[in-house]
Amino acid sequence: MNRILVKKQLSDDVYLMRLAAPHIARERQPGQFVILQLDNEFGERIPLTIADADPVEGSITIIFQAVGKTTHNLADKQQGDSVQSVLGPLGQPTHIEKFGTVVCVGGGIGVAPLHPIVKGMKAAGNKLIIIVGARSRNLIILEDEMRALADEFIVCTDDGSYGRKALVTEPLKEVCERVPKPDLAVAIGPPIMMKFCAETTRPYGVHTEVSLNTIMIDGTGMCGGCRVSVGGQMKFACVDGPEFDGHKVDFNNLMQRLKAYRKVEDHAHHKCHLEAEVRKKEQILS
Amino acid sequence: MSYIPSEALAEAAIKELDVIRKRSTPLTPRERISIPVQEMPTQDPAVRRRNVQEVAHGYTPEQAQLESLRCLQCKNAPCVQGCPVRIDIPGFLKAAANGEFETACDIIKQSSLLPAVCGRVCPQEVQCQEHCTVGKALKSVDKAVSIGRVERFVADLERESGRTKPPVIKPETGRKVAVIGTGPASITVAADVRREGHKVEMFEAFHKPGGVLVYGIPEFRLPKRIVQAEFDALTRMGVELNTNFVIGRTRKLKALLDEDGFDAVFIGTGAGLPKFMNMEGENLVGVFSANEYLTRANLMKAYDFERADTPIYRTGKVAVLGGGNVAMDAARTAVRLGAEEVHIIYRRTEVEMPARIEEIAHAKEEGVIFHLLENAKRLIGDENGCLTSMECLRYELGEPDASGRRRPVEIKGSEFIRAIGTVIVAIGNDSNPLIPRTTEGLQTTKWGNIIVDDNGKTSLDRVYAGGDIVLGAATVILAMGEGRRAAASINNLLRK
Repeated sequence: MNRILVKKQLSDDVYLMRLAAPHIARERQPGQFVILQLDNEFGERIPLTIADADPVEGSITIIFQAVGKTTHNLADKQQGDSVQSVLGPLGQPTHIEKFGTVVCVGGGIGVAPLHPIVKGMKAAGNKLIIIVGARSRNLIILEDEMRALADEFIVCTDDGSYGRKALVTEPLKEVCERVPKPDLAVAIGPPIMMKFCAETTRPYGVHTEVSLNTIMIDGTGMCGGCRVSVGGQMKFACVDGPEFDGHKVDFNNLMQRLKAYRKVEDHAHHKCHLEAEVRKKEQILS
Repeated sequence: MSYIPSEALAEAAIKELDVIRKRSTPLTPRERISIPVQEMPTQDPAVRRRNVQEVAHGYTPEQAQLESLRCLQCKNAPCVQGCPVRIDIPGFLKAAANGEFETACDIIKQSSLLPAVCGRVCPQEVQCQEHCTVGKALKSVDKAVSIGRVERFVADLERESGRTKPPVIKPETGRKVAVIGTGPASITVAADVRREGHKVEMFEAFHKPGGVLVYGIPEFRLPKRIVQAEFDALTRMGVELNTNFVIGRTRKLKALLDEDGFDAVFIGTGAGLPKFMNMEGENLVGVFSANEYLTRANLMKAYDFERADTPIYRTGKVAVLGGGNVAMDAARTAVRLGAEEVHIIYRRTEVEMPARIEEIAHAKEEGVIFHLLENAKRLIGDENGCLTSMECLRYELGEPDASGRRRPVEIKGSEFIRAIGTVIVAIGNDSNPLIPRTTEGLQTTKWGNIIVDDNGKTSLDRVYAGGDIVLGAATVILAMGEGRRAAASINNLLRK
């Protein structure tokens, strides 16, 4: 059982929680994730990136978007409530060293996993160009935290409601065209964004790390549900990743695999919305 | 094999035993051999195809007694030679033949810690029963004394009666042992080490203990409550269980020894890294490792469509690649999830199938279609990356290979296409790299199995290993045997 120490709503459907998890807090490094389960009998196991950790308090921070049944139920929990199972830290930590100039691109909720990596890269003495993007202003998260770490900070929104009206690939291309070009790019966000970031940097030969959030059950290499094709080889995101060379990842296959249970999930999502509506009605009536 | 209802089997046994009881002279060996083999009472195949309850009901007391009477009490006990943990088989069968089931169970427990589990999942036909004189006399291993079924009966009876005797635990020694993993090898080590009075803490990555016994083997073959009963017993003995705790990640193995005060560590993490076939299309949607498919269905309860949050992929036509117990489990799970057609595709013949004979028979009874001397060559998908069909290839048997089994040789030009919506790859597991990768100095083979000496000790001091992480994918009973050996070494080490 892991107690929720703090809960904050960051945007419409994005939440931050600090969970008591002393063992995980002590061991975790940037780039790693946890698998969380709300109900040990019938709940599903979902991977979530560790956005931050405080080994002294013995806590980890997760940031999630309420999109499926489990994340909606998690969002309904309050400070003081508990989560039944949290396993981690899982995955290979990010390779952090002084590369020189690192351009970091975060899209939507992807800014959450990007944050600890940016912190690590900063501490290693890198110059940081940070590009943060979202559909619109209210979906931008951790802006202050990221801005504080950046040597250069660029915000863009799809609808132009904040910062530049552009996709993140536009400023990324400009950064790649500079002389000297950046030494490394890190892009985390929706698969389609990571795919196009990798395509943007490819002609410039800028190595691009991406962090993949795949379907997985155990997170320790046992199920193989998280397998991805990287450079034509089968890799497991949970033990070989979650970070891979974006120029080698087969994003199309990744995106198809993420949709494997879409039909079932749509049904569950629909059902859980209905249930939420019923709950609201009942509250009004009582 | 045609289905005989449980009631009919029970009645026949009562009549048969009655006749024997009325005799004044002891049974001659010839008469013992002529007692009919007691078939396992099971759920009707037509019914069980639609539920996840246990297939086999287990013997009635009369059946257990009759089956035990078939034993000839051979002086040289060839059956014991076939048992990886050397259970005194004639001894327990003699007690069971006299109706002394508790004694029978006690005799088994001197050598085996998990009789209810092993009675269900051991491949007896290639272990104890393979060597049985009765089977030899009747020229069929199927007619050997059903040692496993009697074992299961006496173990179930003990558990259900609630008379399980708590093991005697020696006074606390103040020493502490970490057991990594909670499968059969680890359960054995935990019990054996705790009995010596040492503190034991187990570490499990999943949210529930049991390892392959709960995520892999389906409920219809090994009910979870039986595994849970073993953990309840361990807990009563004072063994501590940490779930959601993955050694190598949540805590490094060396930290357990250097910082957390453990005097010794046992690694029993199993063979959890699924093998794939390296063929085109293996990453298509609809292709699963048997581990994933079974974990969703078992541990995550995806068969309970209403209550479980974990989804499972369901299509009309399912193919399982492989011929072991895991392949049978996956195929029979697919049947229960409502697939219209379930196919087993195996590149050798049924004789070479590593699965237990009973599982193959049960799979057939449940309507699983077997395609022998055939293998998948390529998987084909649609524009959305979803599996739609598979290209298969026919095989014939050639010369025997290193394993002694005749090598399957592909027949050139025999390719054909089979429409299929789900493919489950059940061709085995490699060893999980998590602990070797995160533990400096721990030596492994080139296949990633941890290397141990004759005492189960690894290349690191105070670190022992056993089960599939050492053996490669093997059986529950072998894992248990390995656990016994490692536990003895740990107890030796801590005695000093």
